[in-house]
Parts: sequence; C-alpha cells; structure tokens
Amino acid sequence: MLLADLMKRIPVKHISGDLPESFDGVYAGDLLSRAMSHVKADNLWITIMTNTNVVAVASLTEAAAVILAEGVTLIPEAAAAAEENGICILSSDLSVYELCRDIGAMCAETE
Amino acid sequence: MGEPLKFHFEVDGENFSSAGEASVMVKKKLRQLGFSPEIMRRVSIAMYEGEINMVIHADGGTADVTVSDTEIEIVLKDKGPGIADVERAMQEGYSTACDNIRALGFGAGMGLPNMKKYSDYLHIDSEVGVGTTVTMRINLN
Repeated sequence: MLLADLMKRIPVKHISGDLPESFDGVYAGDLLSRAMSHVKADNLWITIMTNTNVVAVASLTEAAAVILAEGVTLIPEAAAAAEENGICILSSDLSVYELCRDIGAMCAETE
Repeated sequence: MGEPLKFHFEVDGENFSSAGEASVMVKKKLRQLGFSPEIMRRVSIAMYEGEINMVIHADGGTADVTVSDTEIEIVLKDKGPGIADVERAMQEGYSTACDNIRALGFGAGMGLPNMKKYSDYLHIDSEVGVGTTVTMRINLN
C-alpha cells in the first residue's frame, strides 16, 4: 500500500527520515526480541517504545517505517540515531489498537 | 572470497539504550558484500540478541565476526556473571532481566531462543562468576 494514501486518511505525522513510497504489512508490539524476529522487511512497525533500540530493530529488520502510537516521542538520542541511520519515524495520537484497526480496514479495501 | 574477513567490536556495557550498534554495523558490511536478505536477517537477529544479552547481563564484552566462503561465525565473549542454568535460559519466556531493563522493551525471554532459531550452530560456554562465550555459525551453502 502507498504510504501517502494511508497518511491522507489516518492521522499519522512524518517525524524524520526519508518517507518510503509504500509498505507491505504491519507488525505491532513493544518487546524488542519479538519485534526483531517478526517485523518483516517493508513492514510498518507500530510501537510505543521510544529508546534507541527502536532504531536498531527498525534498521536490522528493514522496516519501511516506525509508527509511534499514543503520541509518544523518541528520546533525543533515539531521534538522532534515526536521522543518522535514515530510519523513517512516523507518529500518531491514535492507540496501537486504533492504528491496527484503521490500517487493517484500508488494507482490506484494497485487496 | 579467499581469506576470511574478520570484524571486531567492543560492546559498551554502560549504555544499553544504544545497544545493537555492532549488529547494525555488521549488517551494513554484509550488505556491502552482497549477501542475501535472508542471510543478513539471520545474522542480524542472532547477533543482536547476543549483543543485547552482553549489555544487559554482563556489562558488555567483545564481538568477533568472521565471514568465510562457507559460513559466518559470531563469537561473543563477556566477563559477566555467567549463566547458572543454560537449559533453563534457553526456554522461551524465561528471563532474569530486571524491571528497568524490561521497561526498555527487553526481557521477553526470547534472546537465546532467537539465537538458536536463526543460527545453524549455537554453543554456549559459560562459567558462573567467570563469564560466557557464545559461538554461533550461519551456513552459507
């Protein structure tokens, strides 16, 4: 799905990093070992974790972008690491559940 | 490829919020060397988990990665407290991480299980009070 289409309909802001054109699938979860083994390349990863390890996991898994849910923001070191590693960070005031619900509904429409 | 390529990293035990840097470096090297996404993924997960373990439990250590024609070997050495019961530590969900570490998203009890799952060979040599050496290999053929 095109990320631009998602951002037109769901309140998700672009915080940093290059915005990828599209994404393929979603993973939601905060435990890093779980995310490490379940986030697939080009996924959106929805989390409320805000430390620098989010950047390491996003980089290693080649996630398309990280969506920080519930309006949380990265700690400054993590924001700097995201910039340095070119990791796309998005943010939304919606909860993890609301994001999954809304993105899931959009994905279902396009199938 | 000829001579194996060797990479050495000192893993800082002080700063666990930035742990994972050595794994990210290794992945970049593997990409430059043209390895497949699957190999990069397996090495990344296995090494990241090992690196995190050293930072959380052992105040850091060293990571040595050797890339040869047939395999990628990762050796993680620390002088930490050692693992009293390796068999138990291998169980999914078992974790001794404390609350402040869990608050950062660690402590899922998936570290060693992930290392085993994503490597072809895993050996843990650990002595309580002395330290732990983890050797992992990922076959390239």
